[in-house]
Amino acid sequence: MKTTTNDSWLYTISSKRKLIDFNFKEIWRYRDLLLLFVKRDIVTVYKQTILGPLWYLIQPLFTSIIFTLVFNNLGNIQTGGIDPFLFNLAGITAWNYFRECLNKTSSTFTSNKAIFGKVYFPRVIMPLSITISNLLKFVIQLIIFLVFLCYFWYQGMDISFNPKLFLFPVYVIMMALLGLGLGMIISSMTTKYRDLTILVGFAVQLLMYVSAVPYPVSEAKAKFPEKVAILVEYNPLTQIIEGFRFMLLNTGTFTWFGFIYTFVLSIVLFLIGLVIFNRTEKSFIDTV
Amino acid sequence: MIISDIILKAENISKQYRLGVVGTGTISHDLNRWWHRIRGKEDPFLKVGAINDRSATVKSDYVWALNDIDFEVQRGEVLGIIGKNGAGKSTLLKILSRVTSPTTGEIKTKGRIASLLEVGTGFHPELTGRENIYLNGAILGMTKSEIKTKEQEIIDFSGCQMYVDTPVKRYSSGMRVRLAFAVAAFLEPDILVIDEVLAVGDAEFQKKAIGKMQDISKGDGRTVLFVSHNMAAVQDLCTRVVILEHGELTFNGDVSKGINNYLSKNSLSLGYKDFDNIDNETSSFSRFEMLNNQNELTPSFVSGEKIKFKTLINVCKTIRNPVFSLRISDLNNVNIVTWRSNDYIEEPLPKNQNRDFEISLTTNNLYLLNGVYTVSIGMADGIEMLEAKIKFIEFEVHPSKPNQQFHTITKEKSTNSLIYTIADWDVN
Repeated sequence: MKTTTNDSWLYTISSKRKLIDFNFKEIWRYRDLLLLFVKRDIVTVYKQTILGPLWYLIQPLFTSIIFTLVFNNLGNIQTGGIDPFLFNLAGITAWNYFRECLNKTSSTFTSNKAIFGKVYFPRVIMPLSITISNLLKFVIQLIIFLVFLCYFWYQGMDISFNPKLFLFPVYVIMMALLGLGLGMIISSMTTKYRDLTILVGFAVQLLMYVSAVPYPVSEAKAKFPEKVAILVEYNPLTQIIEGFRFMLLNTGTFTWFGFIYTFVLSIVLFLIGLVIFNRTEKSFIDTV
Repeated sequence: MIISDIILKAENISKQYRLGVVGTGTISHDLNRWWHRIRGKEDPFLKVGAINDRSATVKSDYVWALNDIDFEVQRGEVLGIIGKNGAGKSTLLKILSRVTSPTTGEIKTKGRIASLLEVGTGFHPELTGRENIYLNGAILGMTKSEIKTKEQEIIDFSGCQMYVDTPVKRYSSGMRVRLAFAVAAFLEPDILVIDEVLAVGDAEFQKKAIGKMQDISKGDGRTVLFVSHNMAAVQDLCTRVVILEHGELTFNGDVSKGINNYLSKNSLSLGYKDFDNIDNETSSFSRFEMLNNQNELTPSFVSGEKIKFKTLINVCKTIRNPVFSLRISDLNNVNIVTWRSNDYIEEPLPKNQNRDFEISLTTNNLYLLNGVYTVSIGMADGIEMLEAKIKFIEFEVHPSKPNQQFHTITKEKSTNSLIYTIADWDVN
């Protein structure tokens, strides 16, 4: 007699794809891998460099100085009573986090094809680990920003946090979701069509200028052509950068509409990214 | 009552690949596919596609790397997967280890699958050996605490204790492979997929690796899928084999039969081999034959049987001090025995008139243990090598009973010794 139990398969490997097919249990099982990837990213970036973690400080600092010179001293952009250097540093700190998340996650498939081609683990671990390791970098840069904030406050500048500061973590999450979502969409597309890799390089650069990083939204409204001003205002990134400055420097504007609009958009983009990423991960290795 | 405990079941697995480069054609095909899909129709490109035969010329843009593969694996079984290069073995393993998904069909499994496709995946050169053990282990599916309990064993097995806190980029390539194999060897998945890892490291480490693999499959009763070109390793480790040919499953069953089937189909061993004569200036081998007791050509013998190796030589110029040699090696490249003719043949070999010279060697009481062996032959004039053919033919040896009172001698009973000889025992 032959007895077979057919009902207790652990999992099935097939080509069938459901639109939404997330195995959270599996991702949870691989949590140690996630942490090890985060650790790897952080430990190895500045290995064999002399300045080491000082680079975390140097990069935003110099960018802010250049921005201050070009946009505020030369371009005469008004920053609403806040020291332009501090204004720029706040914008750059926030922008850097988004940019790093987007840049790194958008090459997930292409730059990890050696690993992905040999072993299976939930692929989404990779972009997640990038977002988390960049979050740590972001915290370091945020601390640097706070140090400067204290310095300026000590110098007698009138600086106060906004009472809506409790929303700050939400802004960070929105930023992460946006970077992750866009990054996952792009990385999935680049497995077949490499055109996007080229596009991302300079598009991110240009995106910064329509995201109100070196100027406040009020200036854009006053000086840009109307259509461009609308584009800048409804850019979710503008909302985040402006909100970020609003929390920490109490400058600019905040609307609940803008907040909820950005919040919903980040979550939608993230979910779209997750679905596309999930569909690609099954067989991208054949086309990459 | 046979209780079959199927741990893995593959049902008509097929995998289609696109030939040529990804270009503008890709996007139009993609759009076509998408258009069919939203109308709820079948993918039009699944109907086309040539069979996977590397050398054939095909018109289709698509090829089936795997075509309708069905098989089952029982718990505790060691399944060998053999086939020529490009037969679809690696594609099958990739699907099994979930690196890519099949075009059609599905694989159901009751256990976690981990693969040793190529060891050392995910090693980061800047991290130390120890850090890489953790990273690599986690990539292969272990949790941190699992790795922690095995850390020392892994380090001991790799033999890299001294360098364990040095970045891996300073390692020799051999050390890297040792460390990587060690991590993988201590994985404890329900199903382990192994592809050609035996080809790594030096001889000493290879032996260690094969031993470990035997422990895994025999000792712990783990289910293993093993892909290799090394027939001796397949013979040693596997309990069943499947043969893939042009993406199709052509054999599923007994190990020895499978290996025989594979070797005979690949015309490696027909019992003879003809060599092409390059020119008429140099002396060369023209044909090699293997004959059994009944003087029949065969690639298959029983242990202890007399084997007659016959070589035909086309002599273009007199060979003054002819020396012939013949060597038998096993598939792990261990040389078992070498014979040289210099003690036996001293006459010069004159230029041949109308037929090739025939040199034969017949083994006497050579008890090779069951397995597959290769033959190399060479010919020299005095000290100058005239021609050598290295491992150009394979033959198989089956277990035998030297005489009635003996048990059957097998490699397994001889704990993997190389040969057997009859000896006299005295008990006082």
